[in-house]
Amino acid sequence: MTGLVALLSFLAVLALVLILGDLVARGASSLDWSFFTKNPVPAGESGGGVANAIVGTVIIVGLAGLIGLPIGIGTGLYLAEYGSGRLGWMVRFVADVLNGTPSIVVGIFAWTWLVKPMGQFSALAGSVALAVLMVPMLARTTEEMVRLVPHSLREAALALGYPRWRTSLRVIARTALAGIVTGCLVGVARIAGETAPLLFTALGNLNFSTSVLHPMQTLSLQIYVYATGPFDEWHRLAWAAALVLMGLVLLLSLAARWAIRQRHGAAR
Amino acid sequence: MAPPADARLQFETVRLTALYGRRAVVKDVSILFPAHTVTALIGPSGSGKTTFLRCLNRMHELSEGGWITGKVLLDGEDVYDPSVDAIRLRRRIGMVFQRPTPFPTMSIYDNVAAGLRVNGGRPRAELDAAVEGALRRAALWDEVKDRLRHSALALSGGQQQRLCVARALAPEPDVLLLDEPTASLDPAGTQHIEELCHELKTRYTIVIVTHNLQQAARISDYTAFFHLGDLVELGRTEELFTKPTKEQTEAYITGRFG
Repeated sequence: MTGLVALLSFLAVLALVLILGDLVARGASSLDWSFFTKNPVPAGESGGGVANAIVGTVIIVGLAGLIGLPIGIGTGLYLAEYGSGRLGWMVRFVADVLNGTPSIVVGIFAWTWLVKPMGQFSALAGSVALAVLMVPMLARTTEEMVRLVPHSLREAALALGYPRWRTSLRVIARTALAGIVTGCLVGVARIAGETAPLLFTALGNLNFSTSVLHPMQTLSLQIYVYATGPFDEWHRLAWAAALVLMGLVLLLSLAARWAIRQRHGAAR
Repeated sequence: MAPPADARLQFETVRLTALYGRRAVVKDVSILFPAHTVTALIGPSGSGKTTFLRCLNRMHELSEGGWITGKVLLDGEDVYDPSVDAIRLRRRIGMVFQRPTPFPTMSIYDNVAAGLRVNGGRPRAELDAAVEGALRRAALWDEVKDRLRHSALALSGGQQQRLCVARALAPEPDVLLLDEPTASLDPAGTQHIEELCHELKTRYTIVIVTHNLQQAARISDYTAFFHLGDLVELGRTEELFTKPTKEQTEAYITGRFG
């Protein structure tokens, strides 16, 4: 039995090691300064980089976080503190359904509601789609984290003469903060790699653009275009871009780990 | 410094009944808590003594389905009167729970100051003095004065409980409610808390729930014996323990049930 479990976990780790190893083997050689600082060059030419995609990823994911984090955390707090009634049940149900919705479906809705009325593809539409994906996840994680705070702490605050809202924010949310931050980082890491909902919202852009009302490139979209293209040069760049994206997600995960460790740290 | 608690403080319950939904768990209990005394509430599990205690600072109504009939009078004013703000009331009646409940994200200092800050800002010096005073009264000052900025979680269980006492004392309440404060402490921590009760009653009116009969006998002036929600017997502690008037009381304190 122990052997079997060990074998299975070995397989799981093996898959990860193979993916990471392959990425590094095929992508690392293409990583140089110009890869990070130059924009893509026309097909057929060699060289060029993904500067536009890196900046685009940061903008789109950042904007998605700006929209999604407050809504998601707020919803989670509401569910944990006041969500015992019918409304809470409904919100929870909707969040769970939304959590299981394929991301491409969310992309279609973002296209219907934002891209079509606005008349063009935009980074903003992409951010909204990603935010919609993030909110239910954040809401449920935040709720779980807040629920982990012992009931006795809430009682202690109330017995001290804390009003209820102040108890929620100053004592409960603060105690759960490390967990909530971890949830946020995991949520952001998860949407950073999304491609499907961006295909018909942010669309992609071969040029450098920082205008959120226009199409914008992201690493995931760039990988999609390069990897499905016919040129060897593109494939090479796709591997490198994949490595960069993986690195970004890894960085966020590490930050999440660090946040968890802070949970048991000193008060200040 | 605030003046010592009013020597003529009147604190009593009048025909207090506590319910969960339609089920009464405390029935028609009237007790007067003389100022500057320790009153112990004893009785087997499920006797309603903790619920009774939680009615005194209106914590019971926060439990699902919790409500009461009757009165709790603090200086002649019914604390359940609609004009009374429960939040303000709880600042006049401090409470310490069974398990230590320091706020884990706050330092030792901030824990003690928590109940003061909720009342609005104060000058730094005033806050410092109040925190030191509360920690001294809780007999914790000497142990923590050099690490006030450290996490409260670094303290031992007994120290944490005394920190909770200090936190409850900082807003200068009139009454201190203790809900089995030594249930999770080792003998040394228990002794500390018991000694505190002796000192604190010079300033506060104390009501303590305890499962430990020896503890009740050691520290209280009056003892109330609860059974199945009824107040069976109330009297001076030495009389109740040596010459109980009710058979049920005698059975309980001699260990024949409970």
